[in-house]
Amino acid sequence: MNEPPSSDAALVARCRAGEQAAWNELVERFSRYVYAIAVRGFRLSDADAEDVFQEVFARTYEHLDRLRDDTAIRPWLAQTTRRCCIDRIRASGREEPTELELGTDEGEELIARLDEAMDVRAALDELPEHCREILDGFFACDESYRTIGDRLGLPAGTIASRISRCLAKMRELLEGRKVSSAASGELR
Amino acid sequence: MTTYDEQSLAELLALLPPAPTAWVRAAQELPLLDKGLGELLERVEADAEFKRRLIADLETALEAEGYDADPAIVDALRARLEDA
Repeated sequence: MNEPPSSDAALVARCRAGEQAAWNELVERFSRYVYAIAVRGFRLSDADAEDVFQEVFARTYEHLDRLRDDTAIRPWLAQTTRRCCIDRIRASGREEPTELELGTDEGEELIARLDEAMDVRAALDELPEHCREILDGFFACDESYRTIGDRLGLPAGTIASRISRCLAKMRELLEGRKVSSAASGELR
Repeated sequence: MTTYDEQSLAELLALLPPAPTAWVRAAQELPLLDKGLGELLERVEADAEFKRRLIADLETALEAEGYDADPAIVDALRARLEDA
C-alpha cells in the first residue's frame, strides 16, 4: 500500500508558499471534480467546459491567500465551478436549465455523490500501483481489458479477476477507515 | 454510514473520468505564466526559427537567447513542445 496523500489543507498551505509541485498536485487532485461538475452537472459543451475549467483554477490561484478555511478547498471549488458554469450558460443564452443551476435537491445530491467519489479516489491513491492503473483504466477511463493488459504487460484474460481483487482491497481499505474513525470517535 | 460494495465502488469510480490532459497542464502552468512562461510561449507561437531551435536543444537555445528560466518553466515548455 502507498502512503496516504497529503491533506487538502496541507496542500493548500504548500501552494500558498509558492511551491509549484504542490500547485500541480492540487490541480491534478481536483481536475476530475471540476470537470465532472461542468460536464456531468451542467452538461456544458467541451469548449465551454474548458473555459470554465481554466477560470475556476485561475480564481483558485488568485484566492489562495484569501481562503477562510484551507480544509474547505473542495466545497470552495464546487461553489466556484457552479458559479462559473452558471455565468457561462447565461452568457451563451442557453435556455434549458440543469438540475445544478436550479439548486434542487438533485443538484445537491450530485455534488454529494461527487464528494463521495472523491473520497473513493483518495483511497485509490493508497492502493498498489497496478490496482490504481487497472481500476482507473477500466472504470474511469473506460478502457478495455486488452488496452489495460497491453499497458501493464498482463494477459487480457486476467484483468477481470484483478479488477475484482483490487475492488476487494479498496473495500477493505475504506471499511478499515470507517472502523478506525468510529473507534477514535468513541474515545473522544 | 456509507457501505461500499463492489458495484457502488465501480459506479463511484466511473463518476470521475479524467479531464483532458491539455486542460490540466494549462491550469498547472498558471503560476508560471507571469514568471516568464507566458512570454516564451508567445514567442514560440510567433517565431518559427526560435521554436525549431528550442525543439533541437531547449536549454542551449534558452541560454543563447539570454533566458535564465526557472526549471519549472523549462519543464513546462518542454512538455508543450513535445506535444506540438
